[in-house]
Amino acid sequence: MGIEGVGARVARKEDKRFITGGGRYVDDMVVPGMKHAVFVRSPHAHAQIKKIDVKKAQAMPGVVGVLTGKELKADGIGNLICGWMIHSKDGTPMKMGAWSPLAVDKVRYVGDAVVIVVADTKGQARDAAEAVEITYKELNAVVDATKAIQSGAPQIHAEAENNLIFDWELGDGKATDAAIKSAAHVTRMKIVNNRLVPNAMEPRAALGHYDKAEDHYTCWTTSQNPHLARLVMSAFYNVAPENKLRVIAPDVGGGFGSKIYIYPEEIVCLWASKKTGVPVKWVADRTESFLSDAHGRDHVSTVEMAFDKDNRITALKVDTIANLGAYMSLFSSCVPTYLYATLLSGQYNIPAIHANVRTVYTNTAPVDAYRGAGRPEATYVLERMMETAARELGVSPAELRRRNFITSFPHQTPVIMAYDAGDYNASLDAAMKAADYAGFTKRRADAAKQGKLRGIGMSCYIEACGLAPSSAVGSLGAGVGLWESAEVRVNAAGTIEVLTGSHSHGQGHETTFAQLVTQRFGVPIDSVSIVHGDTDKVQMGMGTYGSRSGAVGMSAVVKALDKVEAKAKKIAAHLLEADEGDIVIENGEVKVAGTDKSLPWFQVALASYTAHNLPAGMEPGLKETAFYDPSNFTFPAGCYICEVEIDPETGLTEIIQFVAADDFGNIINPMIVEGQVHGGIAQGVGQALLEGAHYDASGQLLTASYMDYTMPRAADLPSFKVSTSNTPCPGNPLGVKGCGEAGAIGSPPAVINAITDALGVVDIAMPASPATVWSAIHAKKH
Amino acid sequence: MYSVNYHRASSVADAAKLLKNGDAKLLSGGMTLIPAMKTRLASPSDLVDVSRLRDLQGVKVSGKTVTIGSATTHYDVSTDEKLKKACPALAHMASLIGDPAVRYKGTIGGSIANNDPAADYPAALLALGATIITNKREIAADKFFKGLFETALKDGEIVTAVSFTAPAKAAYQKFRNPASRYAIVGVFVTKGKDGVRVAVTGAGEDGVFRAKEIETALAKNFDAAALAGLKVSAKGLMSDIHASADYRANLIAVMAKRAVAAANA
Amino acid sequence: MSDVSLTVNGRRVSGSAEDRTLLVHFLREHLGLTGTHVGCDTSQCGACVVHVDGRAVKSCTMLAAQASGSTIVTIEGLSDGAELHPVQAAFKEHHGLQCGFCTPGMIMMATDMIARYPEGLDEATVRAELDGNICRCTGYHNIVKAILAASETMAKGAKGKAKQAA
Repeated sequence: MGIEGVGARVARKEDKRFITGGGRYVDDMVVPGMKHAVFVRSPHAHAQIKKIDVKKAQAMPGVVGVLTGKELKADGIGNLICGWMIHSKDGTPMKMGAWSPLAVDKVRYVGDAVVIVVADTKGQARDAAEAVEITYKELNAVVDATKAIQSGAPQIHAEAENNLIFDWELGDGKATDAAIKSAAHVTRMKIVNNRLVPNAMEPRAALGHYDKAEDHYTCWTTSQNPHLARLVMSAFYNVAPENKLRVIAPDVGGGFGSKIYIYPEEIVCLWASKKTGVPVKWVADRTESFLSDAHGRDHVSTVEMAFDKDNRITALKVDTIANLGAYMSLFSSCVPTYLYATLLSGQYNIPAIHANVRTVYTNTAPVDAYRGAGRPEATYVLERMMETAARELGVSPAELRRRNFITSFPHQTPVIMAYDAGDYNASLDAAMKAADYAGFTKRRADAAKQGKLRGIGMSCYIEACGLAPSSAVGSLGAGVGLWESAEVRVNAAGTIEVLTGSHSHGQGHETTFAQLVTQRFGVPIDSVSIVHGDTDKVQMGMGTYGSRSGAVGMSAVVKALDKVEAKAKKIAAHLLEADEGDIVIENGEVKVAGTDKSLPWFQVALASYTAHNLPAGMEPGLKETAFYDPSNFTFPAGCYICEVEIDPETGLTEIIQFVAADDFGNIINPMIVEGQVHGGIAQGVGQALLEGAHYDASGQLLTASYMDYTMPRAADLPSFKVSTSNTPCPGNPLGVKGCGEAGAIGSPPAVINAITDALGVVDIAMPASPATVWSAIHAKKH
Repeated sequence: MYSVNYHRASSVADAAKLLKNGDAKLLSGGMTLIPAMKTRLASPSDLVDVSRLRDLQGVKVSGKTVTIGSATTHYDVSTDEKLKKACPALAHMASLIGDPAVRYKGTIGGSIANNDPAADYPAALLALGATIITNKREIAADKFFKGLFETALKDGEIVTAVSFTAPAKAAYQKFRNPASRYAIVGVFVTKGKDGVRVAVTGAGEDGVFRAKEIETALAKNFDAAALAGLKVSAKGLMSDIHASADYRANLIAVMAKRAVAAANA
Repeated sequence: MSDVSLTVNGRRVSGSAEDRTLLVHFLREHLGLTGTHVGCDTSQCGACVVHVDGRAVKSCTMLAAQASGSTIVTIEGLSDGAELHPVQAAFKEHHGLQCGFCTPGMIMMATDMIARYPEGLDEATVRAELDGNICRCTGYHNIVKAILAASETMAKGAKGKAKQAA
């Protein structure tokens, strides 16, 4: 692998700027003449807008413009859309209500943007925002999806009767029901997956600049996929044609899904820039982020799992209600359907599965993909069921899982997915060994002597990553293809630039993508630069989400490298008067195998550009583009074990140890992979123990700052024991599967299984805060 | 933040004069006031900064008498070697406030003048039977804390120091709100020449209070065992998304027991 | 308006700003030192931590006017010249950062922490001391590792210097 090649723990190239204050995020951008925007947002969860009076605000000091939704509509700016069509089981298309970037006649959640105020300073814009007078007629609100679909609930969109967006199913209902009926044992649970707020540390921001002379727009935005943002803003929101719109996502401070979507603010800032004639920058406050970033999860499921007399699963039936909030965000429809129900087979051989999913409007922030997106919800359903079933059946959780593991590949599940490779016993063995599972009984007894309750829980997850084969997702309703592009430019003096449609917002692409090039040509990693995040520099690409940058983005780089290598070899063969097949490239040299004839890499590059002596008919230059469309999803899987200790007097849970044994396929940079797992586990543990978005009945978000929404802190977590045991993915040239979401997918059920084990209860709500745990202990006592 | 006029006071007298400007407020560490102003929940017309006044800074220990200047930071309280000997419980309590950066700026005077119902210092001063010294008078802690964010301070009155007699035994136990890191329940117990005092923060609907039934039980026997079986009533305790009144009642008993054990250790 | 005079990263600077200007905004917008970030409104995330008169404070919770007269070190001024400060180097070596947004505040807090524990740090102490710094990417695992490593490196460096002096 070499010290900088594939598989090496290369320290990140991008770190230098981040550790010295040289990172460049959207809020760091300054354009001459730039002004600052503040959005006036709805204080009500559900209300009609009767009147908007901006006169006082317009007269405030420093104000450049105060603009409303009516003006936006008059200029032809379109409504926001959901880009994945789902049909209900009766064949009708999903019922998408209109989402205007600035609300016109109705507001549907607290935080709905209504007016933009632009002023010389942010302080002035905020002062003026308070002077905007909006008359509302309040309407009844509903925040709970299970209540929103009951008759008589407040109607949020005229298009969606009873707030039902779609009623969708997957799998064989009849076979599933029959298997449940004839089962030796059926485990039944109601399973709630709590609503989360992604909370990337960099709040969302946008800077819109309209250049009148060029009739051209530039948008700096906190995006995981600037090209998709440009496409959607051009094709659907009529901001500007693509050739008149440049979208730049510079350094982005974390995303976790929340920065995939095109939000109202970037559209409105671009439009307002043209309207006011000045560049307009908006940066969210944290509370604004809580109110208006797309949230995650929020499922309520009723689940039945059937077993035969040998404890083999015979069927799984899941009925899920998914809260999508007040509007359908960009990918909101695919998260509780194709990213969720298709994973309900987990690591297990389940002959019959049926999932029914109803998605529902409520007067809450829109809900969309958040780290894992559907797959954490599926894993939580399955792994909580497996734990409960094991207890009911009187077998060990590990034994029940082993009994049902899929062991031969490829494996076709009853819910679309065809798993290509995996070794689930290997991960389980590795995790149990690392956790000293066998020693737990003694540890529990020792803790009991100290008056503490110990519990241990496991979770065996699988996810579908490497999103995704374009034709497959197209047939399932996606509005876009999910390939990736890459361009490898060898410069005349031999340095190399890789332009990728993937976007790094913490994942370390500037290092790992460069490792591929170093591996291929043996050039120093410092001579390789990764270019991303700018639609003017990089050809169309699809961005970073769904653990796709390795399996899809890097595969595109590999394809482009193949082409560059082939051409370089042709040139070298010509220059060295050798057979093309005898040329090898290593350690920065292009050699004729078995001879001492060689050229330094840069000479081949230079020769391609001087073009003085190229093979007949060859075009000058050494630059190749590739588009890679995966043939299948990838299937990372693993086993997580969590051991907790609970103080019964206070309900405080301490994570004693957390073990992760993952199968990510081949690994490019183990250090970065471990970092991804650590971060994912922290978010999963956060979901299980600490985090929860909480609306009151009137639709006010009670957890709208870090004073009330518990972010995992260093002292809430232990150091993690992570390892990998890998089966290479047969579906892509690098054999990689993806690692970005695993931690968040696999960990919540491990934590909750451990807590319920410690307490001797069937279930406990997430987040299992000290108060919740204490209440469970207290309820058990009485 | 709304517009505001900033003044840096040159002395306590100067600060008193500056406080007469409009709706002026004292600024000490600013750890509560500035966030409140940022979110526009507080809108003083003027800020009078007393944080740099040397007269208001520092911990003095003379025999059993401890005096702490009102602009002394939590960090300086938590690390003061004299205080760690005279009343380690208070230094420990200060080390539990907020986080290190907050402790570098936040001050004892700012904390008690604000009297947040979940702040730590009010419980400590109440349990220590401290005297709050202002530019006008001295006020006993029992009379100083008046309810949620309310104190006995009058307009223009400036806390200059707090003073107390170090008790023979004392300890503070805090159960933190997992999000804010304020106290869900904090219990400060002392055993001094005037007997046992137990003050509870974070829990009361009217802010910090003395837990008389716990004091009575401990007066007989200053031992955690004296609190075995103690049932604290949930009446008058706060309920919010983080903790019910019942849970807080339980925590008061648990934290009190642990505080007594720590005080005896 | 207030006149604000500061020594920032060894340079004397002055300017005029609205009294309501926070120190973090003065640094970012008046001085162009954008390494210091704003991640929350409630003084909890610590992305804005800088050193004011030698102490790590949250520059989002201090007015620029309040800081006037003080000596300030930001992430941009932490290292001497081209060399990385040992804490910066440790964050890189141990992969203590991902998106980089919380990193400047983490590093400024870490240097302060290490200075306060010259006898050395353990994992539990580091985790407790990070109470005012939130990271969403790393799960803190490698941040803790980096701080412990930097603490050791700096302790060795200090011993080395002491030996040289003797």
